Amino acid sequence: MAVEQHGAQAPALAGEHPARAGEQSRIHNIGYRSYDGPRLGRAYARRSLYSQSLRGAYGLGRSAKSKVLPMLLFAVMCVPAAIMVAVAVATQANDLPVKYTDYAVIMQAVISLYVASQAPQSVSRDLRFKTVPLYFSRPIETADYVRAKFAALTSALFVLTAVPLVVLYVGALLAELDFTDQTKGFAQGLVSVALLSLLFAGIGLVISAITPRRGFGIAAVIAVLTISYGAVSVVQAIADVQSSTGAVPWLGLFSPITLIDGVQTAFLGATSAFPGGHGPSSGQGVVYLLFVLGLIAGSYGLLMRRYRKVGL
Amino acid sequence: MYDPTVARLTYRALLGRRRALILSALPALLIVLAVAVRALSGADDQVAADLLGGFALATMVPIIGVIAGTGAIGPEIDDGSVVYLLAKPVKRPTIICTKLIVAIAVTMAFSAIPTLLAGLILNGNGQQIAVAYTVAALVASIAYAAMFLLLGTITRHAVVFGLVYALVWEALFGSLVEGARTLSVQQWALAVAQKVTDGDLVTSDVGLPTAVILLTVVTAGATWFAGQKLRTLKLAGEE
Repeated sequence: MAVEQHGAQAPALAGEHPARAGEQSRIHNIGYRSYDGPRLGRAYARRSLYSQSLRGAYGLGRSAKSKVLPMLLFAVMCVPAAIMVAVAVATQANDLPVKYTDYAVIMQAVISLYVASQAPQSVSRDLRFKTVPLYFSRPIETADYVRAKFAALTSALFVLTAVPLVVLYVGALLAELDFTDQTKGFAQGLVSVALLSLLFAGIGLVISAITPRRGFGIAAVIAVLTISYGAVSVVQAIADVQSSTGAVPWLGLFSPITLIDGVQTAFLGATSAFPGGHGPSSGQGVVYLLFVLGLIAGSYGLLMRRYRKVGL
Repeated sequence: MYDPTVARLTYRALLGRRRALILSALPALLIVLAVAVRALSGADDQVAADLLGGFALATMVPIIGVIAGTGAIGPEIDDGSVVYLLAKPVKRPTIICTKLIVAIAVTMAFSAIPTLLAGLILNGNGQQIAVAYTVAALVASIAYAAMFLLLGTITRHAVVFGLVYALVWEALFGSLVEGARTLSVQQWALAVAQKVTDGDLVTSDVGLPTAVILLTVVTAGATWFAGQKLRTLKLAGEE
């Protein structure tokens, strides 16, 4: 039918109006309008990216399966603190069993596992599924993406490390320990875990931004964090036994957790976990602090470099 | 039970491009450490045993095992390309066996050889320490590769669970709870090493018969179960 009709009309059309074909196909106005509402802009996009990444780091807004690991690690971080508090309250102790600053150093394996599991999920998947260019089609720029991701992982780590300290602090106040002492220790602990969060988040993100493979990123982050600690503490122990104790603090510069340990020993009244308790002096502490700040700034710079051109 | 093509593909997945370089970073660190310690403290049997036991066997071997074991199958399942392999007329247990052999070979190459070298550098194989820890690394490689290959077929988070086992169970609980040491690949491997060398410095908390039985059961069981798992593999979407 259609073919016949077409065939019959064709000569007539061609004869009467050459421009008839143009009239047949016309654009109807079906009511498209340009958007004239408020534009939320760059800051809003950055804030959204930050809050989504932070929620994602604890599996909120993701599948039930992916909530298991971060929540489990969070629980593992908090339970020992709760037990310590319970013991301190029950036995009417004069002091908490551990100092606020020591807690993160004792639980470093859990913190490392958390960074290793969450840093790659924060950035590697964006690389693998090529969603990074989509982010940059919004009004955000490299710096916004890097800052949002960096800040989100740092906040997630801060929550992970600071909540146990809050538990300890509240417990200490309930056990009616000395208020000024506990508050001072608590504040020092918070400063130390804030530094730790920044440092670990930076290292974790830099490593996992290199590879689009999540599994490989996890292994690489954990290897850098634990192997460097293992190597440093072995060499420190040997230096301690060989009674070259002067070398012990300098060796601590080569792994993230010993860096934090050194900084808090020098400035935040912590007891060093180094072999023989040979923590750095104040002078060496300055070097430690510079190292930590340098590493944080360096990882930020490397991330900026990494994302200057992505997926093109 | 061995398919050369699958083996070639697995080798390429594990060692291709720059991955071999990244894998060899750990062994290189061990060698550097051994040289530094030798220079710092001279040849000392106790120091050598501490370094090889504390760093090489307790940290390096499990991490290489995790990377090689889960890396042999995990990424393929993760990105779904395993269906092309499964669609070929190759038995699933054969695929697992081949991947296991490759994973064991890679783990051994990247853990046992550097352990031997580090031992020789540290004290020139005094009291058979280097040989003992090399044997332990070889034995542990087999069990770790089989276990972590199984993990790779079970869960998408194989690397994390593998590391939790290696670092939290073996290192943390193993040092705190006596009983946890009985269920630790590291201790089983040490039991074998102890028997091989008859030294006083290499000791294990597990008797040799128990260790050998557990090693065999774990390796064979994990391989069989991984084969079964691959027969009924469900490809989950990205969460």
